[in-house]
Amino acid sequence: MNELAELVPYLGKHKPRAARALVILLALVAPLIAIMFGRTWVRVLDFALLYMMLALGLNLVVGYAGLLDLGYIAFYAVGAYTWAFLASPHFAEAFPALAAGIGAADGIHLPFWLVLPIGAALAAMAGIILGFPVLRLRGDYLAIVTLGFGEIVRIFMNNLNYPVNITNGPQGINLLDSMNLFGWDLARSIKLWGVKIDSLFFYYYFFLLCVVGSILFIQRLQISRIGRAWAAMRDDELAAKAIGINIRNMKLLAFALGATFGGVAGGLFGAFQGFVSPESFSLMESIAVLVMVVFGGMGNIAGAIVGALILTALPEILRHIALPIQQALFGQVLLDPEVLRMLLYSLAMILMMLLRPGGLIPAHARYSRPEYVAVGEARA
Amino acid sequence: METLLQQILNGLVVGSVYALVALGYTMVYGILGLINFAHGEVLMIGALSALTTITSLMGVAPDLPPLLLLAAGLLVAIPTCMTVAFLMERLAYRRLRGAPRLAPLITAIGVSFLLQTLAMIFWGRNYHTFPQLISTTPLQPIDGVFISPVQISIILVSALLMFALVTLVNRTRLGRAMRATAENHRVASLMGVDVNRIIALTFVLGAALAAVAGVMFASNYGIAHYAMGFMPGLKAFTAAVLGGIGNLAGAMLGGIVLGLVEAVGAGYIEDFTFGFLNSSYQDIFAFVILGAVLIFRPTGLLGERVSDRA
Repeated sequence: MNELAELVPYLGKHKPRAARALVILLALVAPLIAIMFGRTWVRVLDFALLYMMLALGLNLVVGYAGLLDLGYIAFYAVGAYTWAFLASPHFAEAFPALAAGIGAADGIHLPFWLVLPIGAALAAMAGIILGFPVLRLRGDYLAIVTLGFGEIVRIFMNNLNYPVNITNGPQGINLLDSMNLFGWDLARSIKLWGVKIDSLFFYYYFFLLCVVGSILFIQRLQISRIGRAWAAMRDDELAAKAIGINIRNMKLLAFALGATFGGVAGGLFGAFQGFVSPESFSLMESIAVLVMVVFGGMGNIAGAIVGALILTALPEILRHIALPIQQALFGQVLLDPEVLRMLLYSLAMILMMLLRPGGLIPAHARYSRPEYVAVGEARA
Repeated sequence: METLLQQILNGLVVGSVYALVALGYTMVYGILGLINFAHGEVLMIGALSALTTITSLMGVAPDLPPLLLLAAGLLVAIPTCMTVAFLMERLAYRRLRGAPRLAPLITAIGVSFLLQTLAMIFWGRNYHTFPQLISTTPLQPIDGVFISPVQISIILVSALLMFALVTLVNRTRLGRAMRATAENHRVASLMGVDVNRIIALTFVLGAALAAVAGVMFASNYGIAHYAMGFMPGLKAFTAAVLGGIGNLAGAMLGGIVLGLVEAVGAGYIEDFTFGFLNSSYQDIFAFVILGAVLIFRPTGLLGERVSDRA
């Protein structure tokens, strides 16, 4: 877990072991600190962890393989909608006759451990479906086509309530099952020795486990044959081809693996949130994840994590600080929280590119030339 | 038959707006190789600033003739958009000219969202009604086919502007400098062309066209709001790619073709898919065309091969 040490600015360079211990400790006690400020903050942390998974997944595609994907949220949507379809009363409402026929009169309620892999697999398939046609595209064109893909998925989510009701249209699907780990319902708070433990804590630690798993996986992946092939492909596709890297397979693998992370995060999101609707999967969300990766530093695990944490928490902090200040100064709220969030994200994107293109934590030049790592391929 | 004619007519109207916006994309791409993602937002700013001018003028002098109001709106919208485009080139894109390709694109996305956010702050989140200054009462030149005066003027004005732009690029000294810069920055500057000035001018010219397109778009649909620029921007980009990006004639052709495909497609998609898809899927056409063109004919209808130039 060497990359974790980079999360701490000064200590990370000089005493990496201490820095690593500090990060682990902070990750473990963070919700206990957050709860002192109120339940909302634990919720924010839960979402930050979900965004970390997304940022880690997108980072595989953008940072490691150098393929700028602007429709990443579509995979998140696939995961979330899979959960919504296979673990909610929706099926019985949409197809009453069929549901009664197969003995699922109150909808399909498959267990968590079954749905999550299905969602991940469907997302990976979506990744390959997107990947195949765009194999030959590079750079900016790829970005626009993936954006189009994301929009197409969103249009389908919005309209697939007719003639067959699959997504329930713009209203989305409600009453999703909560996460159930071997009979332990994560959504139920537990009273232990007279202390009430909030369900948000359970979600936090479970998500933390998922993020840690992802980090371990990506860390191994990065230095594996595949990771090195991606780095070579990102830095110079022609040269990579010349030394025998199968560009097609490597690109598809990047899309599929990135999408898998999105799908898993989407499933967790659906179970955590309890409802899904197309609104959660707008282009703005794709951009938000991209900003997290860019802001933190592309091609870098620590960067994705810091980016996700800061850019999830900062808008919430601003919401609690900027609103009272505006009230006091102008007597009214001029910039509401959503505007502040967009302003923050767009400025983060522009200023980062202008002033510090490598991101907050620039990637190591371990397997590539540093000037290329920052923003993908260079101009020929 | 009337339905088909009607859809073709609607397609021409929307297509000429796309064509105007596509020209802005294609000019910037031709010169800088940059997809100016924020170009659609310039259209939105044009529409909204014209709206503010017109409504405030109507408040001061309620009995001004509608055409004068429209002219005043355009007179404010065009310089506003030009300023916005100039600033974004000067402050953001110019500093990234030598940077790896993805950096300017990410910046452009940022600029696009920044402009949307600023518009949200100035004009609010609501949909505004855009005053119908040119009559929208449909005329009926052929039985069963309707076209309104505002639609006629959209087609005429865009044709005029496109003609003017093509003349400017092909016949004037400035146009020659633009073409030279597109060919090769360094050589152009050796020939005495002020490359920075030409690039700024390209942005500003494109913005002026987008401003007019914005006003036309808003007058056609009767509404304006902060996110109105995104979809037309994306579709105009598709049009530019369809025609062959970097190619002026291509952008115009692409705009018209895209408008036609969209309108005709939306009219008939229900019949073709046996009622499974309906006209709410209209926006998909642009994306499918974009993907298909880039994959099967990256040169577009008229252009040179560019899509794999990374």
